Amino acid sequence: MSNATLQSTARPKLMRQVRNKNFSADRRPGFLTYGILLAFLIGSTYPLWYSFVIGSSTGAVFSSAWPPLLPGGQFWTNVAEVFDSVEFWAALGNSLIVSSVITFSVVTFSTLAGYAFAKLRFRGRQGLLVFVIATLAVPTQLGIIPMFMMMKELGWTGSLGAIMIPTLVTAFGVFFMRQYLVDNIPDELIEAARVDGASMIGTFWHVGVPAARPAMAILSLFTFMTAWTDYLWPMLVAPQTPTLQVALSQLQSARYVDYTIVMTGALMATIPLLLLFIVAGKQLVSGIMAGAVKG
Amino acid sequence: MSRPKLRAEKPSTPTPERLQEAKAERKMRRQHLRGRLDFKYSPYLYISPFFILFALVGLFPLIYTFVVSINDWDLLGGAGDWVGLKNYQAELASPLFWNSLFNTFSIFLLSAIPQLVVATFIAAMLDQNIRAKTFWRMSVLVPYVVTPVAVTLIFSTAFDEKYGLINNLLGALNLDTIAWKTDVFPSHMAIATMVNWRWTGYNALILLAAMQAVPRELHESAAIDGAGMIRRFFSITLPSIRPTMIFVIITATIGGLQIFTEPKLFNPSSSVPGGPDRQYQTTVLYLWDLAFNRGDFGRASAVAWMLFLIIIVIGVINFLISGTIASSSDKRRPRRIPGRKAKRVKAHLSGSLRESVNDE
Repeated sequence: MSNATLQSTARPKLMRQVRNKNFSADRRPGFLTYGILLAFLIGSTYPLWYSFVIGSSTGAVFSSAWPPLLPGGQFWTNVAEVFDSVEFWAALGNSLIVSSVITFSVVTFSTLAGYAFAKLRFRGRQGLLVFVIATLAVPTQLGIIPMFMMMKELGWTGSLGAIMIPTLVTAFGVFFMRQYLVDNIPDELIEAARVDGASMIGTFWHVGVPAARPAMAILSLFTFMTAWTDYLWPMLVAPQTPTLQVALSQLQSARYVDYTIVMTGALMATIPLLLLFIVAGKQLVSGIMAGAVKG
Repeated sequence: MSRPKLRAEKPSTPTPERLQEAKAERKMRRQHLRGRLDFKYSPYLYISPFFILFALVGLFPLIYTFVVSINDWDLLGGAGDWVGLKNYQAELASPLFWNSLFNTFSIFLLSAIPQLVVATFIAAMLDQNIRAKTFWRMSVLVPYVVTPVAVTLIFSTAFDEKYGLINNLLGALNLDTIAWKTDVFPSHMAIATMVNWRWTGYNALILLAAMQAVPRELHESAAIDGAGMIRRFFSITLPSIRPTMIFVIITATIGGLQIFTEPKLFNPSSSVPGGPDRQYQTTVLYLWDLAFNRGDFGRASAVAWMLFLIIIVIGVINFLISGTIASSSDKRRPRRIPGRKAKRVKAHLSGSLRESVNDE
């Protein structure tokens, strides 16, 4: 937003004249635009509201003809039933641990490698960077069979460590940090630190990391979300110590599916990320808009 | 850093001062050496954790998948006999494999195309001079924070054939209800809906960023020339965001061809993963079933490797297409533009426009 205001103040005189004539590209849009955006907003949020409505009711509202709009009074009963059916808190804890460790690892190693690729000269840099870029599009998820065999061989299946291992580093993270640091650390700053006798790691710590901090924050956010939402691998390698997603899916796998409980569970599992969204939604938006994120 | 000069003189008799000096010299030399080693090898130290871990947990399993695929490998029995490409032959002859590929591509197309269209449209809405920009931008991102498992549970409920929201609504409108979980095409639509719901707003923001990179002056001068909003959208906005669109398509392809969670959890009462008749069994779901329910690691690995090749081929095709577009948009090096493309470039409004597009 600040960017837009900056642009408009810096605009040349001609444009100001044009704007006086009620120029169309700069005009506030009409109700139609807001109507469309509002409709999209309703579409984006209704499924969540629907899950709350169903999750707070007895089964009866579920079969009503028109889309139910108002919640019932059963929410806490259903919440209690979710607690009875799955180890919700343990699963939440597992998810927190797994996602945090993965985030820490990805961000640390990506910053280190990204910094080296962006600002240090070494033999083979170009080739290795090309390798990183080439692996961006490699679907490592398809290696699950040997990965599973490895975990079994090591006796790690069922442990949280086994869930984390395949995603401790990502090529995307390295590439992302490199792209950011190339533009955001002046080479003179690193030269100066070296002339002052700072060691390489000192330079990294005192020059690289402070400059990298905004990008590290964005990378953390998205890495955390990706780890949090992962389902296939945790379900495969450690169903005994379920993450929140695995526990949630177990709600549904009973022979008789009670949709009110399932919906309550879905909502409960969404709350942590909704909180994250409320706190860091702006950063998420700017992160995506910075072209930061791979789908 | 200057070299230590003390090196030349050789200590003849070890007096305490001499010893002191020699010590200092050694220290300096050591520091100097350490500095040089530090300078030379630190970069490798910084990149090695990534490369070592990536080789172990990313590349090795992928490559080893190929080894497993040419063996008669079993979940319980372990490595069996070497069978060459027999697993591949078996899969290529298997109707279930082709069925899974068909389902994957069908769901992918049903999600990618509408998603791209709607995302572009929403991005264009957001690209206007609206009030409460941050609010609206955040609003399109709400579905992104709902995890795929939760999305699937919610939509699976809504698409329930007997009591679901959608069929209730159809019934209330006196329309025929639809067998969302048993018919092939409706089930693909339902699964595509989940993907679309979660990703459209996200992609809209990426496209919005590309639209904002288009210089406003271009819109303004076009508007002065009398181009309306729709005309400007098709002649200015759309051509300039094409590289970003291709980026979105590539990422959607890589993700879309590996879709698993949604079909896996769509219908819990089906004992076969992917529907009673595998109506929406995608390739990764088929792979998972083959490996971990039926224990045939060899054939499942063959499936994984073939899907891997398909994704790589599509990635390369996309890369070539986007490469062509990128080079045709590069006005600074006009010699590299072949005749036909040059004409196309000239037909567009101005050079600065296409240069400014962020090269993803």
